[in-house]
Amino acid sequence: MNEIRLPDATEAPGRRGPRLWLSRLEGPQTMGRGLGFWIAAALVLLAAILYPAFNNDYTVGNAAYFLVWTFMAMGLGLVWGYCGALSFGQTAFFGLAGYAYGVITINIGSAFGATWLALVLAVALGGAFALLIGYFMFYGRIKGVFIGIVTLSVTLVLETFMAQTAGPQWRIGEARLNGFNGMSGMPPLTVPWFGGEILLYAGTTLYYVLLGMVVLVYLGLRMLLNAPFGNVLVAIRENPERTEMLGYGIRLYQMLAFGLGGALAGLSGVLYTAWGQYITPSSMGLTAAALPIVWVAVGGRRDITATLLGTLIVIAGFQSLTIYGSQYALVVMGALLVFTVLVTPNGLVFTVMSQIGRIFGKGRE
Amino acid sequence: MEFLLAIFSISYQFGDAFAFLVISCAGLAVIFGMMGIINLAHGEFIMCGAYVTAASARAGLPLPMAIACGALAAAIIGMALERTVIRHLYHRPLDSIIATWGISLIATQGVLILLGPTMQGIGTPLGSTLIGDRSYSIYRLVLFATSIGLLLGLYLLFYRTRFGVISRATIQRPDTARALGVDTRRVYALTFGLGAGLAGLAGGLYAPTMTMVPTMGSTFIVESFVTVVVGGADIFLGAAPAAAILAVIKAALTAWYGQLFGQIGLLVAVIIVIRVMPGGLSAFIKRWQK
Repeated sequence: MNEIRLPDATEAPGRRGPRLWLSRLEGPQTMGRGLGFWIAAALVLLAAILYPAFNNDYTVGNAAYFLVWTFMAMGLGLVWGYCGALSFGQTAFFGLAGYAYGVITINIGSAFGATWLALVLAVALGGAFALLIGYFMFYGRIKGVFIGIVTLSVTLVLETFMAQTAGPQWRIGEARLNGFNGMSGMPPLTVPWFGGEILLYAGTTLYYVLLGMVVLVYLGLRMLLNAPFGNVLVAIRENPERTEMLGYGIRLYQMLAFGLGGALAGLSGVLYTAWGQYITPSSMGLTAAALPIVWVAVGGRRDITATLLGTLIVIAGFQSLTIYGSQYALVVMGALLVFTVLVTPNGLVFTVMSQIGRIFGKGRE
Repeated sequence: MEFLLAIFSISYQFGDAFAFLVISCAGLAVIFGMMGIINLAHGEFIMCGAYVTAASARAGLPLPMAIACGALAAAIIGMALERTVIRHLYHRPLDSIIATWGISLIATQGVLILLGPTMQGIGTPLGSTLIGDRSYSIYRLVLFATSIGLLLGLYLLFYRTRFGVISRATIQRPDTARALGVDTRRVYALTFGLGAGLAGLAGGLYAPTMTMVPTMGSTFIVESFVTVVVGGADIFLGAAPAAAILAVIKAALTAWYGQLFGQIGLLVAVIIVIRVMPGGLSAFIKRWQK
């Protein structure tokens, strides 16, 4: 992996502004390029769009639930897979933003698209908190496994703290934090529309909104990762000292990547809260913190497409396991994790995808 | 007299916290300090030790024998895991965290499925004594003495025996040790087994004081991680003083604000320590010695 040729799109003449960014949809840091890949991607998207036509509202709402988690997974993929910093604490930003959404919407209501304002504020809060933690860690020269310990500590502190906010003195404005039982009663995302508001309860409309957001975030991350920013992140992962010697302020890059990952985890948190209208401290606990790691590790952390697909597959598989025998689900999950690490360290989906890419001659390497 | 009683009460609380931190972190500290591997299945080794101890104590073994059985069982399982999983991950520390986490999920849930949500425990032995007008558990005092004995024993093992010399050599210069004829793979396996055994010992020692549930390992894991991270790679220069400092923090915060703030205080302490001295106390002390 050391001798990566980095064809930077900036070298290509005549590409400026939007066209330059569009050209970055494919590049050295993301798998899949050429017409075949985009046709396949479009087919997958089409299938996802047609999905509600063949399923009842409950199943579609459930599928929307899967989509909620993909943002946190892609954020972790960015931080861990591309930047090389294993964070156990994405759930901290998830929970913080989820609670922030609850507090804001309960206080200002849902009129005039206020829920979207709450979404933006809550995601910004998650991102800002991640930037702060990132500043603390990366400028404090914390490396390797210790990043995992610090982030795990952060999420456990938040969980422990939120779990004891049961008393009536723990309220922000109208919003009671409710301790271990968690907050509920916040409005779902609401779109102001002609002739009345559209409430995005778990169902088909929410599914389409989430699908759109997944597509936007996915394509946006692809462009970002193939831009110089993404190349520097990968360089830091491969060899931090060398990257620093080449003149990049690696701590700034790591901090920014961590902040972005935190904001994406926050987005998942907000959408989760809005999806089910509740959030509890256990969403920041040890088991909850394990889940994103499982999705990303099994899916494949080195590629954003593998992360996205792997997350959806693992969540869906996990849920069907839970239906057939909930107690065995965690055992299977643990076994899957050990198997992945031992046999396909790059992730199951990633390995399968690179095999397919090799067959069609359009792989990443 | 009143004053002396208060002093005793505070030192009892401190000693209790200190013993808990030292005993629960010893296994983790050995594995991390010697092999650089963060063992997230540490809590499950503790749980294994506790379960075996409880089972053999109720089968009629005297408690010290039962605790030894628990430690031995954990050590054997630990060596088996080292042989099958951990051995392949020495060059990938991040992956070893993930793998041990997977093992921990399997162990917790597997025990829940096989043995049910709870297991009959064993009562705390030795009863309690009345000093002044408050009663103190004698077993807790024994635990404090055990923690000191444990540190002493580990010191003797690593600095006064042949195994200790060979293992420290393997840790510091694996290539040179191998060139001198040391079977480094065996040393790693034994070290991991020792760490797992110490975790099992922790479980055995605390089995009489806790309820036996499959998730009991998680009560230990946060404290032991905090101690190891604050302490750094060296168990004697790091983990022991770290346990003392953290025990003061925890005992004080618990006495004034309750259990919860004791825990939060520990977690905040770890974040601050990592920021101020990245290598933990032991790196700090070593630099200061120079």
